[in-house]
Amino acid sequence: MSCEGEGITVQRPRRGSGAVEYPVASLSASVTEPTVEKSTESEEQLDVPWQVVVHNDPINLMTYVTMVFQRVFGFPREKAERHMLEVHHRGRSVLWSGVRERAELYVQQLHGYLLLATLEKVT
Amino acid sequence: MDICRRKDGLEISELDPFLAELLRQLPASTSPENSPAAQSRLFSPPASENEKEICAEWKLYVQPELQRLFRSATETVAADLQQLSGNEKTFANRSLFIPTKHADAWLRALNQARLIIAARNGFSDGELSDNYRSPIGSRRDLSLFQVNFYGFLQEFILRELIESPESSSS
Repeated sequence: MSCEGEGITVQRPRRGSGAVEYPVASLSASVTEPTVEKSTESEEQLDVPWQVVVHNDPINLMTYVTMVFQRVFGFPREKAERHMLEVHHRGRSVLWSGVRERAELYVQQLHGYLLLATLEKVT
Repeated sequence: MDICRRKDGLEISELDPFLAELLRQLPASTSPENSPAAQSRLFSPPASENEKEICAEWKLYVQPELQRLFRSATETVAADLQQLSGNEKTFANRSLFIPTKHADAWLRALNQARLIIAARNGFSDGELSDNYRSPIGSRRDLSLFQVNFYGFLQEFILRELIESPESSSS
């Protein structure tokens, strides 16, 4: 991303293997020697949030789906049942949201139990 | 058929030859071979088609791991089912013991077989929830019965071995 106007320049952060150098802004109109402030952010912080969605499947038993939610997300039984019923009645339920890597891990575990699960960007 | 909870597992006795045969077919029923519908149900996409990078990486790195997981569960169940392939009389009732430590493998394999059979036959929601269906009259009816029988067993394993693993009837 690079937007220029009113003397403000914001540069796209450079993504590396770990921390990212992030020149925040420079006020070129009023400062002869631009001051570049540096801050570090992890890749996870820069990532947009993702959500884990489970979709309805008429074959999977309700008790089985509840057990899987308890195991994968550590939900108490009542919460797991609430999500299971949401999947059953509304066709889908958002089980978790956060960083992409963890969302992928959850989806992988859910696929291991053969549930229909996807990760989606939070809009 | 009698199902009895034992200290370290579940004993299914008085299994008539028909139900014993359905159980023997369980490992083969988990295979999605020659059915694109079954194959795509077993390895469903992790994200929408627009997320090409995620889907490509998934196929490369995650699918082989899932394949290993599914194969391992099926092998455990197939080993337990060896109990049903003795040299006893063909029409004699059989017994099967499912150890508690194999409960997870059984749940996965039963679920996988149900999904694969349903995908191969393209059962509708109505067929799957029709509890008053007429007796078996076709290969399709038999497959539906198989899905329901495996589901019944899955419910039983869940209730007896997963939700209350400590209690026992003997």
